[in-house]
Amino acid sequence: MHLPLSGLSAPTPSRRTLIRGIGGAVALGAGVPLLSACGGSGTASDPKTVTVGSNASDAVPKKAFADVYADFKKQSGITVDVNTKDHNTFQEQINSYLQGTPDDVFNWFAGYRMQFFAAKKLASPIDDVWAKIGDNFPEAMKKLSKGEDGKYYFVPMTTYPWAVFYRKSVFQQYGYTVPTTWDELIALCKQMKKDKLVPIAFGDKDAWPAMGTFDQINFRLNGYDFHVQLMAGKTSWTDAKVKAAFDHWAELLPYHQDGFMGRTWQDAAQTLVAKKAGMYLLGTFVAQQFTNKDDLDDLDFFPFPEINSAYGQDTVEAPTDGLMVSKAPKNHAGVLKLLEYMGSPAAEELYLKGDPSVVAASAKADTSAYSALQKKAFDMIGGAKTLTQFMDRDSRPDFTSTVMQPGLQKFLQNPKGVDSLLASIERQKKQIFATS
Amino acid sequence: MTTDTTTKSPEAASVPPPGAASAPKRAARGRRRLLTRRDRFTLALMAGVPTVLHVALVWVTALASIALAFTTWDGIGFDSIRWVGLQNFEQLFNDNPQFWPAVQHNIIWFVVLILIPTPLGLFLAVQLDKRIRFSRVYQTAFFLPVVISMACIGFVWQLVYNPDTGLINSLIGANTPGHYIDWIGDPDLNLWAVLVAASWRHTGYMMILYLAGLKGVDPSLREASALDGANEWQTFKNVIFPTLRPTNTVVLVVTIIEALRAFDLVFVFNKGAQGTELLSILVTNNIIGESSRIGYGSAIAVVLLVISLVVIVPYLVATFRKERRS
Repeated sequence: MHLPLSGLSAPTPSRRTLIRGIGGAVALGAGVPLLSACGGSGTASDPKTVTVGSNASDAVPKKAFADVYADFKKQSGITVDVNTKDHNTFQEQINSYLQGTPDDVFNWFAGYRMQFFAAKKLASPIDDVWAKIGDNFPEAMKKLSKGEDGKYYFVPMTTYPWAVFYRKSVFQQYGYTVPTTWDELIALCKQMKKDKLVPIAFGDKDAWPAMGTFDQINFRLNGYDFHVQLMAGKTSWTDAKVKAAFDHWAELLPYHQDGFMGRTWQDAAQTLVAKKAGMYLLGTFVAQQFTNKDDLDDLDFFPFPEINSAYGQDTVEAPTDGLMVSKAPKNHAGVLKLLEYMGSPAAEELYLKGDPSVVAASAKADTSAYSALQKKAFDMIGGAKTLTQFMDRDSRPDFTSTVMQPGLQKFLQNPKGVDSLLASIERQKKQIFATS
Repeated sequence: MTTDTTTKSPEAASVPPPGAASAPKRAARGRRRLLTRRDRFTLALMAGVPTVLHVALVWVTALASIALAFTTWDGIGFDSIRWVGLQNFEQLFNDNPQFWPAVQHNIIWFVVLILIPTPLGLFLAVQLDKRIRFSRVYQTAFFLPVVISMACIGFVWQLVYNPDTGLINSLIGANTPGHYIDWIGDPDLNLWAVLVAASWRHTGYMMILYLAGLKGVDPSLREASALDGANEWQTFKNVIFPTLRPTNTVVLVVTIIEALRAFDLVFVFNKGAQGTELLSILVTNNIIGESSRIGYGSAIAVVLLVISLVVIVPYLVATFRKERRS
């Protein structure tokens, strides 16, 4: 739920955000979905305007989107009226926002979270847009943009992979090589410990980073299909395969940084910056913490090592952000034009100029302006056989936030109690998925 | 309150009967209507608007959440509300690993607040009441945390407790691998760490309440006990403290409320993760979000409501009984 979008740090919700959120809850409790306060204004019926509800409230993406929309206006003569809301608030209120009078187009995430609103009929299918932009995207992206009914509901803009980050100079200094298998990873951790390094930097105060570790271990060990089934609530959490994933995690846990429950990912990243830690499993947004240019150039990453040779390293976790269309857009023709434009490589290139912390979702975008890190990320995603989003985007968010986040934290505190924990997760999962 | 009751008030009765111009039929029937139509309209507005707001924002929401506690609802469209009877409560009591710790933590919260900052606040108040030098300075210093919002207090104490860069770990060197103290993450520690911050604020609050109470103690009582040869402790125990009874009641109620509504400090501190779960945070986590569990969250809210009523109803009954007697 608190996953940073587009690799931009999600600030801890301010008190105001919190209160607004609670206000939303109260309104919902009363059964009055009146929170669409900043929905489409009176100008929405104007054929020369398209309204966009945006969660890009951080300065960098906000500016980058503004540049893209300015360019769109130049080309089409259609003005994009952007309603920006605080990133976390947007997420908390999306429910009531989409039921009220939402903007024509809104920023959202690919995967289960997109499918959820599509299935609830709160979004419009956009197959006609995809008929024109389809060639711009690789197969994995197409798959990500479809609802459960097989129709397209999403135009991907940007993405970023999760991987194991390290500093080239540290690996050079100690003569480490990049591990490609589980055994090599464990051996490297042991060696790092001997060399008085923290093998794996880690902070789980925000409760979501642990999900990333679980995802990697699970799809490496049990494969993409099993992972997706598990996330969709179709496989039991008490399955021996899940237990095996937790056993692997327990084996790796002693090499994680001490005191991770009280540490944010930003603080954990600082141990990598300071060369006190050898590795760090996170999304590419970790680069934001490398404010010094030399440090940033020293940063590199490798895909999470292979555990089961049947699956190798063919799955990449790459949360993808993009746009969706609300249930009844007022300017339908304008919306189609806008999304067609946003799905073009040119729009993505322009966006990335303003926000270089992510990479383009389109396979056709020009990568010549990319940094080495971006180029590597782009290739990694392009070469993936299958893409996952992230636990809280691949599964029901109510399940991940109320059951998995505390559940994984419990496991981290007490890896030995995994059996009863998995039984408890399975019981709660059944209850949540039963309500659909 | 309706307009009819207002017409019977003595002030209203003293107003000379207006509206003589109205039809004789109406005048005959409405002799007791002493207010003009405009007066009645104004009164209706003054009494009606707050009543409507109160009913809509307090009663309807409270009753709606009680009703929703027996349903499942994801918050999308009213047709997705489904009646499930007691299922939410069964799940809550049997399957939710966070529920009982949350209840327990709310109770611990109350016990700690009543046992530590409350006596401390009383102690400080008694000391300051003696008009020692710089009394105002101390008073301000102790009261300052009360002025700051809980959310800010959470931020400030995070800086103190941060395991890597925080004040405590930096001073005692507990931020190196091997000997690490995770004040925020360790489930055996973090509740107490938060409670220190909560007590820090609560002490000032209690101090100011007791200080006000002490100002109301009749000086002749002290004089009398001094003449009787009582020492300071005896005076306090047998004379001053008994006269603080009304203050103690207020303190008790305030502390119970503080314990039940504990939320912001913990939410800022670590979002109610392992070791610091609270009922209010469970409610929030279940209700706020993209696909919320509004029925389930309401069930937790109902539990919180019942606990509050168990505490508040006896207090109100006692208070009203006292008022009626006097």
